[in-house]
Amino acid sequence: MYLAAENLAARRAGDLIFVNASFRLTRGEALILTGHNGSGKSTLLRVVAGFLLPEKGSVKFSDSQGRTDRRPSEVCHYLGHRNAMKNELTVAENLRFWRSFLDDGSQAPTASIEDAAEAVGLGSITHLPFGYLSAGQQRRFAFAKLLVAHRPIWILDEPTAALDTNADRLFTALIGEHQKNGGIVLAATHQSLGLRNVKELHMKCFAGVETEVWGA
Amino acid sequence: MTALFLRDLKLSVRAGGGALIGILFFLTIVAVVPFGVGPDLNLLSRIGPAIVWISALLAALLGLDRLFQAERDDGSLDLMLMHETPLVITVFVKCLAHWTASGLPLALAAPLLGVFMNMTETAIGVTMLTLLVGSPAITFIGAVGAAVAVALPRGGLLVSILVLPLTIPILIFGVSATYAAVHKPTPFLPPFLMLIALTLFFAVIGPAATALALRNTSD
Repeated sequence: MYLAAENLAARRAGDLIFVNASFRLTRGEALILTGHNGSGKSTLLRVVAGFLLPEKGSVKFSDSQGRTDRRPSEVCHYLGHRNAMKNELTVAENLRFWRSFLDDGSQAPTASIEDAAEAVGLGSITHLPFGYLSAGQQRRFAFAKLLVAHRPIWILDEPTAALDTNADRLFTALIGEHQKNGGIVLAATHQSLGLRNVKELHMKCFAGVETEVWGA
Repeated sequence: MTALFLRDLKLSVRAGGGALIGILFFLTIVAVVPFGVGPDLNLLSRIGPAIVWISALLAALLGLDRLFQAERDDGSLDLMLMHETPLVITVFVKCLAHWTASGLPLALAAPLLGVFMNMTETAIGVTMLTLLVGSPAITFIGAVGAAVAVALPRGGLLVSILVLPLTIPILIFGVSATYAAVHKPTPFLPPFLMLIALTLFFAVIGPAATALALRNTSD
Protein backbone atom coordinates (compact mmCIF):
# COMPACT_ATOMS: atom_id res chain seq x y z
CA MET A 1 0.00 0.00 0.00
CA TYR A 2 1.32 3.43 -0.81
CA LEU A 3 0.26 7.02 -1.28
CA ALA A 4 2.37 9.06 -3.64
CA ALA A 5 2.27 12.60 -4.88
CA GLU A 6 4.28 13.65 -7.89
CA ASN A 7 5.28 17.23 -8.60
CA LEU A 8 2.12 18.73 -7.18
CA ALA A 9 1.45 22.37 -7.74
CA ALA A 10 -1.63 24.19 -6.56
CA ARG A 11 -3.16 27.54 -7.16
CA ARG A 12 -5.55 29.41 -4.93
CA ALA A 13 -7.35 32.53 -6.09
CA GLY A 14 -4.91 32.82 -8.96
CA ASP A 15 -1.71 32.64 -6.92
CA LEU A 16 0.59 29.68 -7.13
CA ILE A 17 0.90 28.43 -3.54
CA PHE A 18 3.50 25.74 -4.02
CA VAL A 19 5.21 23.85 -6.81
CA ASN A 20 6.98 20.51 -7.07
CA ALA A 21 5.70 18.96 -3.87
CA SER A 22 6.44 15.25 -4.05
CA PHE A 23 6.31 12.48 -1.48
CA ARG A 24 5.82 8.76 -1.29
CA LEU A 25 4.49 7.07 1.82
CA THR A 26 4.12 3.34 2.44
CA ARG A 27 2.55 1.33 5.25
CA GLY A 28 3.08 2.80 8.69
CA GLU A 29 4.77 5.98 7.53
CA ALA A 30 3.86 9.53 8.44
CA LEU A 31 4.50 12.82 6.73
CA ILE A 32 4.63 15.99 8.76
CA LEU A 33 4.15 19.27 6.94
CA THR A 34 5.84 22.19 8.60
CA GLY A 35 6.22 25.82 7.66
CA HIS A 36 4.95 29.17 8.79
CA ASN A 37 1.35 30.37 8.46
CA GLY A 38 0.23 30.71 4.88
CA SER A 39 2.98 28.51 3.49
CA GLY A 40 0.52 26.13 1.84
CA LYS A 41 0.26 23.27 4.33
CA SER A 42 -3.52 23.20 4.39
CA THR A 43 -3.67 23.69 0.64
CA LEU A 44 -1.47 20.66 0.05
CA LEU A 45 -3.64 18.58 2.39
CA ARG A 46 -6.79 19.74 0.61
CA VAL A 47 -5.28 18.79 -2.74
CA VAL A 48 -4.47 15.30 -1.46
CA ALA A 49 -7.98 14.99 0.01
CA GLY A 50 -9.41 15.89 -3.38
CA PHE A 51 -11.14 19.20 -2.55
CA LEU A 52 -8.84 21.22 -4.79
CA LEU A 53 -7.68 20.22 -8.21
CA PRO A 54 -3.91 20.33 -8.53
CA GLU A 55 -2.55 22.74 -11.09
CA LYS A 56 0.01 20.16 -12.08
CA GLY A 57 1.00 16.67 -10.94
CA SER A 58 -1.09 13.90 -9.43
CA VAL A 59 -1.84 11.94 -6.29
CA LYS A 60 -1.83 8.16 -6.54
CA PHE A 61 -3.02 5.54 -4.12
CA SER A 62 -2.50 1.82 -4.29
CA ASP A 63 -4.10 -0.47 -1.70
CA SER A 64 -2.62 -3.57 -0.10
CA GLN A 65 -3.68 -5.74 -3.06
CA GLY A 66 -2.01 -3.34 -5.44
CA ARG A 67 -5.28 -1.98 -6.86
CA THR A 68 -5.10 1.61 -7.95
CA ASP A 69 -8.68 2.20 -9.06
CA ARG A 70 -9.85 4.04 -5.96
CA ARG A 71 -9.59 7.79 -5.72
CA PRO A 72 -7.27 8.77 -2.86
CA SER A 73 -10.03 10.86 -1.27
CA GLU A 74 -12.15 7.75 -0.72
CA VAL A 75 -9.60 6.09 1.52
CA CYS A 76 -8.82 9.15 3.63
CA HIS A 77 -10.07 10.54 6.87
CA TYR A 78 -9.85 14.32 6.82
CA LEU A 79 -9.73 16.26 10.07
CA GLY A 80 -9.69 19.93 9.15
CA HIS A 81 -9.90 23.10 11.18
CA ARG A 82 -13.61 22.57 11.54
CA ASN A 83 -14.90 19.59 13.47
CA ALA A 84 -17.70 18.42 11.15
CA MET A 85 -19.99 17.79 14.10
CA LYS A 86 -23.44 19.26 14.69
CA ASN A 87 -23.90 21.40 17.79
CA GLU A 88 -27.58 20.46 18.05
CA LEU A 89 -27.00 16.72 18.21
CA THR A 90 -25.48 14.81 21.10
CA VAL A 91 -21.95 13.48 20.77
CA ALA A 92 -23.22 9.92 20.50
CA GLU A 93 -25.67 10.87 17.73
CA ASN A 94 -22.91 12.67 15.83
CA LEU A 95 -20.52 9.76 16.08
CA ARG A 96 -23.22 7.22 15.25
CA PHE A 97 -24.10 9.18 12.11
CA TRP A 98 -20.52 9.36 10.87
CA ARG A 99 -19.99 5.73 11.72
CA SER A 100 -22.80 4.63 9.42
CA PHE A 101 -22.26 7.33 6.79
CA LEU A 102 -18.55 6.60 6.42
CA ASP A 103 -18.94 2.84 6.61
CA ASP A 104 -17.34 1.56 3.43
CA GLY A 105 -18.49 -2.02 3.76
CA SER A 106 -14.98 -3.30 4.40
CA GLN A 107 -14.40 -5.80 7.18
CA ALA A 108 -11.73 -3.70 8.84
CA PRO A 109 -12.18 -3.42 12.60
CA THR A 110 -13.61 -0.17 13.93
CA ALA A 111 -14.16 1.07 17.45
CA SER A 112 -17.65 1.30 18.88
CA ILE A 113 -18.95 4.74 19.89
CA GLU A 114 -18.20 4.07 23.56
CA ASP A 115 -14.71 2.74 22.87
CA ALA A 116 -13.87 5.70 20.65
CA ALA A 117 -15.07 8.16 23.31
CA GLU A 118 -13.07 6.21 25.89
CA ALA A 119 -9.99 6.33 23.65
CA VAL A 120 -10.03 10.14 23.58
CA GLY A 121 -10.51 10.21 27.34
CA LEU A 122 -14.13 11.40 27.46
CA GLY A 123 -16.11 8.22 27.88
CA SER A 124 -18.78 9.52 30.22
CA ILE A 125 -20.20 12.53 28.39
CA THR A 126 -21.41 11.20 25.04
CA HIS A 127 -25.00 12.01 25.99
CA LEU A 128 -24.35 15.78 25.96
CA PRO A 129 -25.10 17.99 22.96
CA PHE A 130 -21.88 18.68 21.06
CA GLY A 131 -22.43 22.44 21.36
CA TYR A 132 -22.22 22.31 25.18
CA LEU A 133 -18.63 21.10 25.19
CA SER A 134 -15.44 23.15 25.46
CA ALA A 135 -13.25 23.70 22.40
CA GLY A 136 -10.75 21.08 23.57
CA GLN A 137 -13.44 18.49 24.24
CA GLN A 138 -14.99 19.16 20.82
CA ARG A 139 -11.61 18.63 19.20
CA ARG A 140 -11.16 15.34 21.04
CA PHE A 141 -14.53 14.08 19.83
CA ALA A 142 -13.75 15.23 16.30
CA PHE A 143 -10.70 13.00 16.60
CA ALA A 144 -12.83 10.14 17.90
CA LYS A 145 -14.63 10.30 14.56
CA LEU A 146 -11.48 8.91 12.92
CA LEU A 147 -11.74 5.80 15.08
CA VAL A 148 -15.36 4.83 14.39
CA ALA A 149 -14.85 4.25 10.67
CA HIS A 150 -11.83 2.67 9.08
CA ARG A 151 -9.68 4.58 6.60
CA PRO A 152 -6.06 3.62 5.89
CA ILE A 153 -4.97 7.24 5.43
CA TRP A 154 -5.46 10.02 7.95
CA ILE A 155 -5.12 13.62 6.83
CA LEU A 156 -4.85 15.89 9.85
CA ASP A 157 -4.76 19.66 9.59
CA GLU A 158 -3.31 21.01 12.84
CA PRO A 159 -4.93 18.27 14.90
CA THR A 160 -3.61 19.51 18.23
CA ALA A 161 -4.82 23.12 18.11
CA ALA A 162 -6.80 24.03 21.27
CA LEU A 163 -5.54 20.99 23.16
CA ASP A 164 -3.78 20.56 26.48
CA THR A 165 -0.57 18.55 26.82
CA ASN A 166 -2.43 15.48 28.01
CA ALA A 167 -4.54 15.42 24.86
CA ASP A 168 -1.40 16.02 22.81
CA ARG A 169 0.10 12.82 24.16
CA LEU A 170 -3.18 11.00 23.71
CA PHE A 171 -3.39 11.99 20.04
CA THR A 172 0.23 11.04 19.46
CA ALA A 173 -0.47 7.62 20.94
CA LEU A 174 -3.57 7.16 18.77
CA ILE A 175 -1.74 8.23 15.63
CA GLY A 176 1.11 5.87 16.56
CA GLU A 177 -1.40 3.06 16.98
CA HIS A 178 -2.82 3.80 13.53
CA GLN A 179 0.69 3.68 12.02
CA LYS A 180 1.40 0.40 13.79
CA ASN A 181 -1.70 -1.07 12.13
CA GLY A 182 -0.29 -0.14 8.76
CA GLY A 183 -1.95 3.23 8.34
CA ILE A 184 -0.52 6.31 6.67
CA VAL A 185 -0.66 9.72 8.31
CA LEU A 186 -0.31 13.17 6.77
CA ALA A 187 -0.35 16.01 9.25
CA ALA A 188 0.22 19.73 9.14
CA THR A 189 1.48 20.84 12.50
CA HIS A 190 3.73 23.19 14.42
CA GLN A 191 4.69 20.61 17.01
CA SER A 192 6.79 17.58 16.19
CA LEU A 193 4.09 15.38 17.81
CA GLY A 194 6.85 12.92 18.75
CA LEU A 195 5.87 10.39 16.12
CA ARG A 196 8.11 7.66 14.84
CA ASN A 197 8.81 6.71 11.25
CA VAL A 198 8.29 10.26 10.12
CA LYS A 199 9.27 12.23 7.05
CA GLU A 200 9.13 15.97 7.01
CA LEU A 201 8.12 18.23 4.19
CA HIS A 202 8.99 21.84 4.85
CA MET A 203 6.74 24.22 2.97
CA LYS A 204 8.09 27.56 1.89
CA CYS A 205 5.64 30.12 0.64
CA PHE A 206 5.85 30.71 -3.12
CA ALA A 207 9.31 29.17 -3.21
CA GLY A 208 8.84 25.46 -3.67
CA VAL A 209 9.47 22.90 -0.96
CA GLU A 210 12.34 21.12 0.72
CA THR A 211 12.27 17.53 1.83
CA GLU A 212 14.33 15.86 4.46
CA VAL A 213 13.99 12.79 6.61
CA TRP A 214 13.48 13.05 10.33
CA GLY A 215 14.62 10.30 12.67
CA ALA A 216 13.06 7.34 10.91
CA MET B 1 -28.17 6.85 3.76
CA THR B 2 -30.98 6.22 6.24
CA ALA B 3 -28.63 7.65 8.84
CA LEU B 4 -28.25 10.86 6.84
CA PHE B 5 -32.02 11.12 6.38
CA LEU B 6 -32.72 10.66 10.09
CA ARG B 7 -29.94 13.05 11.09
CA ASP B 8 -31.26 15.82 8.84
CA LEU B 9 -34.78 15.29 10.15
CA LYS B 10 -33.54 15.50 13.73
CA LEU B 11 -31.55 18.64 12.96
CA SER B 12 -34.52 20.40 11.38
CA VAL B 13 -36.73 19.64 14.37
CA ARG B 14 -34.21 20.55 17.09
CA ALA B 15 -33.60 24.14 18.18
CA GLY B 16 -32.54 26.41 15.34
CA GLY B 17 -33.48 23.86 12.72
CA GLY B 18 -35.96 26.14 11.02
CA ALA B 19 -38.58 23.60 9.93
CA LEU B 20 -41.21 25.45 11.94
CA ILE B 21 -40.31 28.85 10.52
CA GLY B 22 -41.57 27.87 7.08
CA ILE B 23 -44.96 26.80 8.41
CA LEU B 24 -45.28 29.94 10.53
CA PHE B 25 -44.47 32.08 7.49
CA PHE B 26 -47.04 30.16 5.46
CA LEU B 27 -49.70 30.65 8.14
CA THR B 28 -48.88 34.34 8.45
CA ILE B 29 -49.26 35.18 4.76
CA VAL B 30 -52.50 33.28 4.29
CA ALA B 31 -53.96 34.60 7.54
CA VAL B 32 -53.20 38.18 6.52
CA VAL B 33 -54.70 38.03 3.01
CA PRO B 34 -58.40 38.13 4.10
CA PHE B 35 -57.68 41.33 6.02
CA GLY B 36 -56.13 42.93 3.00
CA VAL B 37 -58.67 41.74 0.44
CA GLY B 38 -61.71 42.42 2.59
CA PRO B 39 -64.56 40.18 3.73
CA ASP B 40 -65.83 39.31 0.25
CA LEU B 41 -66.34 35.55 0.65
CA ASN B 42 -66.84 34.86 -3.05
CA LEU B 43 -63.63 36.65 -3.97
CA LEU B 44 -61.72 34.85 -1.22
CA SER B 45 -62.89 31.44 -2.30
CA ARG B 46 -62.04 32.29 -5.91
CA ILE B 47 -58.46 33.42 -5.21
CA GLY B 48 -57.99 30.96 -2.31
CA PRO B 49 -56.13 28.16 -4.11
CA ALA B 50 -53.77 30.64 -5.78
CA ILE B 51 -52.99 32.42 -2.49
CA VAL B 52 -52.35 29.13 -0.69
CA TRP B 53 -50.06 27.96 -3.51
CA ILE B 54 -48.09 31.22 -3.69
CA SER B 55 -47.62 31.30 0.09
CA ALA B 56 -46.50 27.68 0.11
CA LEU B 57 -44.00 28.40 -2.66
CA LEU B 58 -42.48 31.33 -0.78
CA ALA B 59 -42.43 29.41 2.50
CA ALA B 60 -40.70 26.48 0.82
CA LEU B 61 -37.98 28.79 -0.50
CA LEU B 62 -37.41 30.31 2.93
CA GLY B 63 -35.27 27.64 4.55
CA LEU B 64 -33.52 26.36 1.45
CA ASP B 65 -30.34 28.43 1.64
CA ARG B 66 -29.23 26.63 4.81
CA LEU B 67 -29.49 23.23 3.12
CA PHE B 68 -25.77 23.08 2.34
CA GLN B 69 -24.47 26.20 4.04
CA ALA B 70 -24.96 24.73 7.50
CA GLU B 71 -22.99 21.68 6.41
CA ARG B 72 -20.24 23.83 4.98
CA ASP B 73 -19.95 26.00 8.10
CA ASP B 74 -19.01 23.10 10.34
CA GLY B 75 -16.94 21.18 7.80
CA SER B 76 -19.37 18.27 7.28
CA LEU B 77 -19.70 19.12 3.60
CA ASP B 78 -16.00 18.30 3.08
CA LEU B 79 -16.49 14.79 4.39
CA MET B 80 -19.58 14.32 2.23
CA LEU B 81 -17.67 15.41 -0.86
CA MET B 82 -14.91 12.91 -0.09
CA HIS B 83 -17.17 9.95 0.42
CA GLU B 84 -17.47 7.34 -2.31
CA THR B 85 -21.27 7.24 -2.30
CA PRO B 86 -22.15 9.19 -5.40
CA LEU B 87 -22.70 12.77 -4.34
CA VAL B 88 -25.96 12.76 -6.32
CA ILE B 89 -27.45 10.23 -3.91
CA THR B 90 -26.26 12.15 -0.86
CA VAL B 91 -27.88 15.28 -2.29
CA PHE B 92 -31.08 13.41 -3.15
CA VAL B 93 -31.40 12.09 0.40
CA LYS B 94 -30.74 15.52 1.86
CA CYS B 95 -33.46 17.02 -0.37
CA LEU B 96 -35.87 14.28 0.66
CA ALA B 97 -35.18 14.94 4.34
CA HIS B 98 -35.56 18.67 3.80
CA TRP B 99 -38.88 18.15 2.04
CA THR B 100 -40.17 15.83 4.75
CA ALA B 101 -39.30 18.38 7.42
CA SER B 102 -40.46 21.54 5.68
CA GLY B 103 -42.45 20.76 2.50
CA LEU B 104 -44.72 18.02 3.78
CA PRO B 105 -45.94 20.06 6.77
CA LEU B 106 -46.92 22.85 4.35
CA ALA B 107 -49.15 20.47 2.42
CA LEU B 108 -50.60 19.14 5.66
CA ALA B 109 -51.34 22.65 6.94
CA ALA B 110 -53.05 23.66 3.69
CA PRO B 111 -56.58 22.39 4.63
CA LEU B 112 -56.66 24.61 7.72
CA LEU B 113 -55.72 27.63 5.62
CA GLY B 114 -58.25 26.62 2.99
CA VAL B 115 -60.93 27.19 5.62
CA PHE B 116 -59.54 30.69 6.21
CA MET B 117 -60.01 31.37 2.51
CA ASN B 118 -63.59 30.05 2.39
CA MET B 119 -62.63 27.34 -0.11
CA THR B 120 -64.96 24.43 -0.88
CA GLU B 121 -64.15 20.87 0.23
CA THR B 122 -63.08 19.88 -3.26
CA ALA B 123 -60.82 22.90 -3.60
CA ILE B 124 -59.23 22.21 -0.21
CA GLY B 125 -58.64 18.56 -1.02
CA VAL B 126 -57.19 19.25 -4.44
CA THR B 127 -54.96 22.07 -3.18
CA MET B 128 -53.53 19.70 -0.61
CA LEU B 129 -53.04 17.00 -3.20
CA THR B 130 -51.31 19.31 -5.70
CA LEU B 131 -49.08 20.74 -2.97
CA LEU B 132 -48.17 17.24 -1.91
CA VAL B 133 -47.18 16.38 -5.48
CA GLY B 134 -45.67 19.70 -6.48
CA SER B 135 -43.65 20.80 -3.44
CA PRO B 136 -40.86 18.20 -3.81
CA ALA B 137 -40.02 19.82 -7.15
CA ILE B 138 -39.51 23.16 -5.39
CA THR B 139 -37.03 21.53 -3.02
CA PHE B 140 -35.12 19.83 -5.85
CA ILE B 141 -34.82 23.07 -7.83
CA GLY B 142 -33.99 25.02 -4.69
CA ALA B 143 -31.15 22.66 -3.88
CA VAL B 144 -29.38 23.77 -7.06
CA GLY B 145 -29.63 27.41 -6.00
CA ALA B 146 -28.49 26.53 -2.49
CA ALA B 147 -25.44 24.72 -3.88
CA VAL B 148 -24.52 27.61 -6.16
CA ALA B 149 -24.76 30.11 -3.29
CA VAL B 150 -23.17 27.83 -0.69
CA ALA B 151 -19.99 29.86 -0.37
CA LEU B 152 -21.70 33.24 -0.17
CA PRO B 153 -22.10 34.65 3.34
CA ARG B 154 -25.61 36.01 2.81
CA GLY B 155 -26.86 33.88 -0.03
CA GLY B 156 -30.43 33.51 1.19
CA LEU B 157 -32.01 36.15 -0.99
CA LEU B 158 -29.87 35.19 -3.96
CA VAL B 159 -31.08 31.61 -3.72
CA SER B 160 -34.71 32.75 -3.83
CA ILE B 161 -34.08 34.99 -6.83
CA LEU B 162 -32.16 32.31 -8.70
CA VAL B 163 -34.77 29.70 -8.03
CA LEU B 164 -38.03 31.60 -8.33
CA PRO B 165 -38.21 31.76 -12.17
CA LEU B 166 -37.65 28.02 -12.38
CA THR B 167 -40.47 27.30 -9.96
CA ILE B 168 -43.04 29.29 -11.97
CA PRO B 169 -44.15 26.27 -14.09
CA ILE B 170 -44.86 24.33 -10.91
CA LEU B 171 -46.99 27.18 -9.61
CA ILE B 172 -48.86 27.46 -12.91
CA PHE B 173 -49.69 23.77 -13.19
CA GLY B 174 -50.41 23.42 -9.47
CA VAL B 175 -52.91 26.24 -9.46
CA SER B 176 -54.48 25.36 -12.81
CA ALA B 177 -54.99 21.75 -11.72
CA THR B 178 -56.78 23.02 -8.62
CA TYR B 179 -59.02 25.35 -10.63
CA ALA B 180 -59.73 22.61 -13.16
CA ALA B 181 -60.98 20.35 -10.37
CA VAL B 182 -63.27 23.05 -9.02
CA HIS B 183 -64.67 24.38 -12.32
CA LYS B 184 -66.02 21.24 -13.88
CA PRO B 185 -65.76 21.53 -17.68
CA THR B 186 -61.97 21.92 -17.71
CA PRO B 187 -60.26 18.55 -17.36
CA PHE B 188 -58.27 18.06 -14.13
CA LEU B 189 -55.92 15.33 -15.26
CA PRO B 190 -53.68 17.07 -17.87
CA PRO B 191 -52.31 19.83 -15.60
CA PHE B 192 -52.05 17.38 -12.71
CA LEU B 193 -50.05 14.91 -14.78
CA MET B 194 -47.82 17.77 -15.93
CA LEU B 195 -47.21 18.61 -12.28
CA ILE B 196 -46.19 15.02 -11.56
CA ALA B 197 -43.95 15.04 -14.61
CA LEU B 198 -42.26 18.26 -13.45
CA THR B 199 -41.57 16.76 -10.02
CA LEU B 200 -40.09 13.60 -11.50
CA PHE B 201 -38.06 15.61 -14.00
CA PHE B 202 -36.55 17.86 -11.32
CA ALA B 203 -35.98 14.90 -8.99
CA VAL B 204 -33.51 13.66 -11.61
CA ILE B 205 -32.04 16.93 -12.91
CA GLY B 206 -31.91 18.76 -9.56
CA PRO B 207 -29.58 16.49 -7.58
CA ALA B 208 -27.27 16.03 -10.59
CA ALA B 209 -26.91 19.78 -11.08
CA THR B 210 -26.53 20.30 -7.33
CA ALA B 211 -23.73 17.74 -7.10
CA LEU B 212 -21.95 19.43 -9.99
CA ALA B 213 -22.26 22.85 -8.37
CA LEU B 214 -21.01 21.57 -5.01
CA ARG B 215 -17.97 19.96 -6.58
CA ASN B 216 -17.04 23.20 -8.27
CA THR B 217 -17.58 25.60 -5.39
CA SER B 218 -15.46 23.64 -2.91
CA ASP B 219 -12.24 25.38 -1.96
